[in-house]
Amino acid sequence: MEKNVPSIWKAMEAKGYSRREFMYFCGVAVAAAGIQSSAFGQVVEAFEKKARPPVVWLHFQECTCCSESFIRSSHPIVADIIFDTLSLDYTETLQAASGAQAEKCLQDTMKNNKGKYILLVEGSVPMLNGGSCCTIGGRSALEILKEAAADAAAVIAWGSCASHGCIQAAKPNPTGATPIHELVNRPVINVPGCPPIAEVMTGVVTHVLLYGKIPELDSQGRPKEFYSRRVHDTCYRRPYYDAGLFVESWDDDAARKGYCLYKMGCRGPVTYNACSVTKWNGNLSYPIQSGHGCIGCSEAEFWDNGPFYQHLSSFPGFGIESTADTIGATAAGVTVGAVALHAISSNIRKRKIIQGNMEESVSPNKPDHEIVEEVPENGGDQS
Amino acid sequence: MATAQPLPYRRVYVWEFPVRLFHWVNATGIFLLIITGFLIGNPQVLFRSNEAYQQYWFGWVRFTHFASAYIVFFNFLFRVYWGFVGNQFARWSSFFPVNKEQFLDMWETVRIDILQLKLKGKISIGHNYLASLTYIGLFILFLFEVFSGFALYSSMSGSFIPKLFTWMVPLMGGDANVRIWHHMVMWAFVLFTIIHVYLTFYHDYVEGRGDMSSMLGGWKFEKDKDLNR
Ligand code: SF4
Repeated sequence: MEKNVPSIWKAMEAKGYSRREFMYFCGVAVAAAGIQSSAFGQVVEAFEKKARPPVVWLHFQECTCCSESFIRSSHPIVADIIFDTLSLDYTETLQAASGAQAEKCLQDTMKNNKGKYILLVEGSVPMLNGGSCCTIGGRSALEILKEAAADAAAVIAWGSCASHGCIQAAKPNPTGATPIHELVNRPVINVPGCPPIAEVMTGVVTHVLLYGKIPELDSQGRPKEFYSRRVHDTCYRRPYYDAGLFVESWDDDAARKGYCLYKMGCRGPVTYNACSVTKWNGNLSYPIQSGHGCIGCSEAEFWDNGPFYQHLSSFPGFGIESTADTIGATAAGVTVGAVALHAISSNIRKRKIIQGNMEESVSPNKPDHEIVEEVPENGGDQS
Repeated sequence: MATAQPLPYRRVYVWEFPVRLFHWVNATGIFLLIITGFLIGNPQVLFRSNEAYQQYWFGWVRFTHFASAYIVFFNFLFRVYWGFVGNQFARWSSFFPVNKEQFLDMWETVRIDILQLKLKGKISIGHNYLASLTYIGLFILFLFEVFSGFALYSSMSGSFIPKLFTWMVPLMGGDANVRIWHHMVMWAFVLFTIIHVYLTFYHDYVEGRGDMSSMLGGWKFEKDKDLNR
């Protein structure tokens, strides 16, 4: 493990990239991280001078879809950030080394780059049964995470597993799957999604790389650049939503016309992600564009939020088919019934008072002395 | 048994104009919120043959929901203020049972009006303490609806007011959950309305003190002896 780490430009030069290609790369990086073009000079300078940070990519309880998404980043040159220009020192999926060699590689990177390496974590950490559900090289995921996070320059939680626990944490969460930010004692950049969009992932890494610090985060630890708007806010079907034109079954005319999928359970209105802007697979499409509602994969607890095709999901604690409306309507029915019974009972139990009131009534044509005195205080007390 | 004199009744100005105004603005607002809320939760397809550029009805439904929410919220804040400066029936002190006598009053109401074990008892001129306690509960649910509603609304608004409530979202595990609870708690208002309207009819019918009209004109009619002057 070299101690004198070269800058990104030096590394690119050594690999035979031209200056022109380097400038192009800087341009793409600026765009990917959503930085204004006036900062272009700064970016070039940073990439020329700053040592390229080593990256440690840990895999815990996950399906590797985040890695799969990442390596399909639409700008090959942005993917190169990781594979050529960054030094990806440890990642189980892609590294050549294995066994003891790989573990040594991890240890070396952490030792030689104390406080400099970027830690990317994919997957959640099991906390039940002493963490035995996920161990690597005989050590528990928690142990590895704590060690790696202690000296990292920045910690990024890839995907919904690392950000919220995702499907492993869905009820009843048999392994006690826990998101990263609950386990490490420092700010974590959450990049949720199952998987997150490749361009968002490269954008976040680029930001950390350029500025050497974490981007602005929202209340749930997500970078505001990519997660401040709902899928719904930038959805191209939004005009249909506002016009009240909805698909009501998968094969109706409205579906063919591309109306809003809200009634088909679309989670766009409750999902914060960049899908409808950045789109997927090189800006080709995204779920709603291909005719399927959003399932809200970048939201916490999305597996437990009821069936994907039902808009109003079942209400927690009331069995599988009870939506808020069935419970509410039942309660309203019971209330109306109780009110009706009360009305009947009032007419019986309070008959004396009601009759007394009638008799108390003065007739405009008769003298006052015909007024009957009220029912005595305890007259009707039958308790 | 006939008496020589008519029963002495007095008019009592119970609900001041600001209280009545609050009540009706609140009632109208909540009614609109419930109707539009149902539509937002489960929109109905009204005009299938129109094109999107020809209509904006769902947008208007949502606008009505958000506008009513603002009105109802500020109306509530006004009522909180009026609870400090209004007459004795509007004051916050009339809402919270604190001493034994007031708790007994509550129990009396349960026995007389709810279970009907007893025919009649002491008359409360303003709210009885059981009603007051229900309103306190309702105010808490109301605040929950405001907080969760604004938290959901914050992502589509540039105003600072909804932004004050964004902390609700991570607390409840995402917009989807906030939404479910926002919807569920709405039902409490439906139930409240059923019971509230019924009980007003009931009191007016059984006691004949002008409960119904008091929320319009402010006056209730009390027998002189009930005024404990
Ligand atoms: S399809 Fe989904 S995200 Fe798009 S407008 Fe309709 S509800 Fe919103």
